[in-house]
Amino acid sequence: MSLSREEVLHIAKLARLELKAEEVEKFRMQLSEILEYVGQLTKVDTAGVEPISQITGLQNVVREDVMRGCEADTREAMLEQFPKRKGDLLETLGVFE
Amino acid sequence: MNLNELTITQAHEGLKRKDFSSEELTWACMERVKEFDGKVKAFLTVLEKESLEAAREIDKKIKAGVIPGALEGIPVALKDNILVQGVKCTASSRILENYIAPYDATVVVKLKNAGAIILGKTNMDEFAFGSSGESSAFKITRNPHDLERVPGGSSAGSAAAVAAHECIYALGSDTGGSIRQPAALCGIVGLKPTYGTVSRYGLMAMASGLDIIGPLAKNVEDARIVFEAIRGRDPKDATTVDYNAPQPPLNLRGGEGGVTGLRGTRIGIPKEYFIDGMDLETEKAVRLAIKKLEELGARIVEISLPHASYALAVYYILMPAEVSANLARFDGMRYGYSVLRGSNPSQPPLNLRGEVGGLYDVYAKSRAQGFGDEVKRRIMIGTYVLSAGYADAFYKKAQAVRTLVKRDFDEAFLNVDCIVAPTSPNPAWLIGERMNDPLSMYLADIFTISANIAGIPGISIPCGKAHNLPVGLQFLAPQLREDVLFNVAGAYENARKAVDV
Repeated sequence: MSLSREEVLHIAKLARLELKAEEVEKFRMQLSEILEYVGQLTKVDTAGVEPISQITGLQNVVREDVMRGCEADTREAMLEQFPKRKGDLLETLGVFE
Repeated sequence: MNLNELTITQAHEGLKRKDFSSEELTWACMERVKEFDGKVKAFLTVLEKESLEAAREIDKKIKAGVIPGALEGIPVALKDNILVQGVKCTASSRILENYIAPYDATVVVKLKNAGAIILGKTNMDEFAFGSSGESSAFKITRNPHDLERVPGGSSAGSAAAVAAHECIYALGSDTGGSIRQPAALCGIVGLKPTYGTVSRYGLMAMASGLDIIGPLAKNVEDARIVFEAIRGRDPKDATTVDYNAPQPPLNLRGGEGGVTGLRGTRIGIPKEYFIDGMDLETEKAVRLAIKKLEELGARIVEISLPHASYALAVYYILMPAEVSANLARFDGMRYGYSVLRGSNPSQPPLNLRGEVGGLYDVYAKSRAQGFGDEVKRRIMIGTYVLSAGYADAFYKKAQAVRTLVKRDFDEAFLNVDCIVAPTSPNPAWLIGERMNDPLSMYLADIFTISANIAGIPGISIPCGKAHNLPVGLQFLAPQLREDVLFNVAGAYENARKAVDV
């Protein structure tokens, strides 16, 4: 399995990763090799096999839908990590042009 | 013997008898760090003041007549993807270079309540992506047995710190072998518990369906003590399970003095785990250990896990898929490195309409500058296998093969109490040897990954040397049967110790 340059650039765009020109070819080769390796699963017959989504068999673990606050110092510590804030609000770039 | 070389049990006895204080014990570890960590490079953060202060508090209690608990006053090192409130937590990534943990992980709450002394945070592969420790953005941890070699990974610093006696024990995390493989390469004990037995709250998520926290320790009993202290259901992690350790079957129970033998225990050897290309001396050490188990009374049964060889491929689909979703949180907008401000919080923010083009650019540039190559590879693989048109061929297929891998184990455990296998196909390799060949690095985890895929517990313990480097022996048991691992691995360890003496 071999990816094209365009495919690598498309994946990087979906993943929100800016790639340098020289990285594209390196990742193209490495990702192709990894996908080639995992492609061996096509050889396994899985007809009628239920896929596993939770390995210890838990289902629908729920809790009451109520808001729970956190400690004041935890809250402040989280706000302090914002790259840019206005009061308690996170300031970001406009989503729409 | 220096205090820092003690096991948990020995340290506990000494503290109880007041042979030494927690401060002296902590100081012994700290001195070792000062003297040796410049070479081993296991620690990213050392909490000298805080740990000595905490130790003095414990000493006051002991002096006042309080009998210390099993972990009370004993120094531990934590992998740097486990949050300790107010302490830097980087996951060895540039993108979190200045991130301060705003709260304690559940395991940290449990350790603090148990009176553990947190010495510091240990180096790791970036976001736990790697098998050698070399993908850390900050430094390369070295194997204490040979400083030119890797300690294994991703819990590289935790394994090296325990092996170098810089701490009494450590915590790591295991998603595909990240506790057991470095434990094997560093000649110590590493336990990957059953999925869901230990809360992941406050552990930086890699692949949430596979991640688990566990101990790296100097012997099996220490690993058991730590597991008992950190396990348990947690309302903050919905995937945690109730753990009521079933009574071990009669034939596994030891006498008064602990495990004495393995008479009647059935131990399976999967024929698929002795592969071409495995290091011959490693295989020899493992075969000798299996013979020892037989001498102890175990019945060795050859078993087959026909889908074992696919576990690695299943892993390299499911894990990156989860990684790509989990690491989407690093967007340069909320915390961590951002091109809006750089990684230094004291640096003033750029003008939002200034140098950066738009929101997309903030995401793409912050991530490009903040993540290392292995992180980028895994995010891109995950993005690809989940993308429209490929999700069925890759992701769903991998989940179905996961079922087959688990079924193999279920069937095997109908006939055997546990499984024994090598932990790693070879001992520690030279630093740099595999860094430019991602696939060869991935193959280092070939024997450990299936336990994560099947959600079962595994333990790696030392079983001799190959090329003068430590070799790990791995035991695997059914889900929630850590008790079997402790019994069987403990019996082997005792027998080996007896031989050493």
